[in-house]
Amino acid sequence: MKLSTKRSVTAYLFLALPLVFFLCVRLGPMLYMLAMSFTNWGLLRRTVKFIGFKNYEVLFTDPVFLQSLSNTARYAVFGAPIVILLSLGIALLLDSIPKGKGIYRLIYVLPYITPVVAVSWVWRWMYQPPPLGIIDGVLGALGLPAGEFLNSPTQALPSILAVNVWVEMGYCTIIFLAGLQTIPKEISEAAKIDGASDRQVLRRVTLPLLMPITFFLMVMEGIQFLRIFTQVYNMSMQATGGPLNSTKSAALYIYQKAFTNFEMARAASASAVLFVIIMVVTILQIRFFDKRVNY
Amino acid sequence: MKAHQRTRRWARALPAYIVLSLLAVIMLFPFVWMISSSLKDVTQIYQLKLFPERPTLDNYRYILFSTSTKFPHWFLNSLIVAVSTTVSVLFFDSLVGYTLAKFRFPGKKIIFLLIISTLMIPTEMLVIPWYAMIRAMKWVNTYWAIMFPGMISAFGVFLMRQFMSTIPDDLIDAARVDGLGELRIFLTVVLPLVAPALATLAIFNFIGNWNAFLWPLIAASKPAMFTLPVGLANFSGEAGSDWHYIMTGAAVAMAPLILVFLIFQKQIVKGIAMTGLKG
Amino acid sequence: MTRKRSILFALMLAAVAFVATAQTVTITYWQYYYESKVKLMDELIKNFEKANPGIKVEQVTFPYESYNQKVAASIPAGEGPDIINLFYGWLPTYVKAGYLEELPASEFSKDYFNKNFYPFVAESVQFGSKYYSVPTAVRSLALFWNKQLFKDAGLDPNTPPKTLEELQAYAKKLSKYDAKGNLIQAGLAMQPTGQGHSWIREVLFRQFGNVPYSADGRKVTYADANGAAALKWYTDLITKDKVGYPNFATDDVTAFKSGKAAMNIDGSFRIATLNAVKDLEWGVAELPTYKGIKSNYASFWTHGIVAGTTGKKLDASIKFLKYITSPEVQQMWLEKVGELPATPALSEKYKNDPVISPFLKGLAYAHATAYVDEAGQRQILVDAVDEVYLKNVDPAVALKNAAKKEQTLIDDFWNN
Repeated sequence: MKLSTKRSVTAYLFLALPLVFFLCVRLGPMLYMLAMSFTNWGLLRRTVKFIGFKNYEVLFTDPVFLQSLSNTARYAVFGAPIVILLSLGIALLLDSIPKGKGIYRLIYVLPYITPVVAVSWVWRWMYQPPPLGIIDGVLGALGLPAGEFLNSPTQALPSILAVNVWVEMGYCTIIFLAGLQTIPKEISEAAKIDGASDRQVLRRVTLPLLMPITFFLMVMEGIQFLRIFTQVYNMSMQATGGPLNSTKSAALYIYQKAFTNFEMARAASASAVLFVIIMVVTILQIRFFDKRVNY
Repeated sequence: MKAHQRTRRWARALPAYIVLSLLAVIMLFPFVWMISSSLKDVTQIYQLKLFPERPTLDNYRYILFSTSTKFPHWFLNSLIVAVSTTVSVLFFDSLVGYTLAKFRFPGKKIIFLLIISTLMIPTEMLVIPWYAMIRAMKWVNTYWAIMFPGMISAFGVFLMRQFMSTIPDDLIDAARVDGLGELRIFLTVVLPLVAPALATLAIFNFIGNWNAFLWPLIAASKPAMFTLPVGLANFSGEAGSDWHYIMTGAAVAMAPLILVFLIFQKQIVKGIAMTGLKG
Repeated sequence: MTRKRSILFALMLAAVAFVATAQTVTITYWQYYYESKVKLMDELIKNFEKANPGIKVEQVTFPYESYNQKVAASIPAGEGPDIINLFYGWLPTYVKAGYLEELPASEFSKDYFNKNFYPFVAESVQFGSKYYSVPTAVRSLALFWNKQLFKDAGLDPNTPPKTLEELQAYAKKLSKYDAKGNLIQAGLAMQPTGQGHSWIREVLFRQFGNVPYSADGRKVTYADANGAAALKWYTDLITKDKVGYPNFATDDVTAFKSGKAAMNIDGSFRIATLNAVKDLEWGVAELPTYKGIKSNYASFWTHGIVAGTTGKKLDASIKFLKYITSPEVQQMWLEKVGELPATPALSEKYKNDPVISPFLKGLAYAHATAYVDEAGQRQILVDAVDEVYLKNVDPAVALKNAAKKEQTLIDDFWNN
């Protein structure tokens, strides 16, 4: 056998099992889901039959689903930029201090490492209305009115969003900081010698050089917020995404349809929609950043 | 640097230190409050004091040793699942990454793209067919059911491929000339060279797996099979009202990871930075 | 023994063993995990196996949240139990999905039910005029009150409110606020996600002159002027009198247990929980009346036979069913779990028990809602209250919305 053929065979042998894995665990099931979304598959129904686009019709006329899409959009549209702006600011501050970066970095990344479930319950405890919750306790001591947080249809989503921001901030800060530290000092120093102020250095030199990282984080965090589930599940009463569906994310809607109502095909159609949204948002971001990343 | 220059530098950094420290307090406070609450018994839990008047370890005793909770069980399940998937991921991800980086064969690009494209598929979409799968194969409530989606990770493949491509071809060719089999070359020559990447992958896979919630929630319906996060959610939902226990449960659920974090902190921070820079 | 005889003896032993094991039937019983129930069931199984050598019973339990998921996953796959415990409200769903088989009429006739069980039980274990399950115990609602908090407010700790008007007045007196006006002690816990929605649905609606559902349970009729008045009375307690609000102190049980709520409408299943709390002085009274009208909400967990159970397993299952719903077991259930006997006659000796008797009295005039989707229908009323309290929607409008949603839900069930 020729050497190159022998090598190819080895390669295929090595890849065989993993490829089967990806086909059976990721790609296959996805196609299965897309197919099943056109049926009436439900765990309480004894037969399965093809029903065309009916699930999608029902889906888009379901006010709860539309609400969950709107909520998901809000999680992403506010969450990702806030996390990134905050982390960028913090990374810049960290970069500027002479000593102690390491310790701060460790503290900020701690929320990211711990299980989201545990963190969600701690925040839920802190968000309790008076007389139980510490946040309202502190607000009261400062003479401020108590917040309703998780019990208010207008405050609940931002409250959960804040927790996710708190969790993701450490991760983004570390990446930004690493990026800042790879920018050669000579460049910013050269700019300063040319008479640029600190602010101009930031705008004209630092930020553009951080574009690839910003892009990466926008995509990652965008997807992360679009898929939010665990915090909503653990921070709403009886895990229903309340009050009045104000916190229900698309992922929670899918979960409820499948595992509370046992309407698997309806859940499949909802997850197909979520998948398309993630794809579209990601592709749009890639196109948007493509021009700016390549300077 | 001259003395007065140094002082000026610190003085200018003071506002930054203030902001950063305030932020550190915000980041840490929930953990502090959680521990504080876990040391309060049911009569003190509603008192908004940072330091409990009569701190007690009773909650921990209940959570860890009483027969009506299953925290040690859940800890074990999480450990088994996390370790097994990490070992599998380390082996397979590096094998695939190595093959994609160092071999030439028809279809390489397509296969690579195929694998990477799976990163776009959200888990939320896959849990339903996975659920149908484990029902059909009668895997419900087994370790395998919880583990199988995590045995090989596309992200790890991507990472390892990047690292493997930095290995000089000569080393591999030399080993071939020496008559070593391909698998042996992989195991004895290649893997040691990417040890730091393997360590990072191991740590992150372990953490990610440990913290996973959605799929383990669905895969296990018997309390004995819950992983720690699922157990905690279940416990908290049922305890509904017993905040002192819930906070203790949360502390217990976090403890192993904080330990891992403290031991591997450098690695973790480096690893995060690396994923960002190479991604 | 001679060789021939010993072989014969061995063969005989083997034959006996074979026959013995061949005649051992094993049946499986599923219920959701509730510590006292599970422990008692273990005991009952031991008793039953002793009295019925040849039958073995295996108990398997699951957490409440995933119970139906497990059922939906296993029974169609043929991996379900022989006998299953279910919330009476799930019966229509279970029967429609084909999980249960009809109880043999010879053992469980119409007479049998009418003679031995409460009317609301006999009604609710039926589907399409066939009987599908039989319960051990039932529950009803009552008014719990904290005697110490009554004393602190200057009220007689042994005189609970008897009418809705008194309830409202007492609740106002028992509510406390901090310097900023935040509620720190609820006069009455207001928790629709707990028993609140049942109190509204089967008690308040009726007391205000409305009948919430048609006789066959298929039409939602609570959205009239009387119903709206009832809902308004409930939500006014939250928005105008401010005696409590949903999720105050996490939930009503937490609030009452920790002395942060002076009164609560809750079920008999709460007795054991409250007994375990130290330093809590509490009493139980019948639900307050209104315009002389009494009503109550009764519910129960019930046992059914899973579809496809035949032959020896069916016989064993019937025997086990009869045992766990027998008078002696109902008695044990009351003592160890705190749920009331499903057979009215057995409650005689508890007529004067201060804790049990309010619940028993309530059973006499109780209604059990004919749910088709208990969780969904519960959520609809929860949302209606939330709409009034969180979004200032007029109660009549919120109730109309709720009725519409619930009607759609019920219609969907019967038409699909």
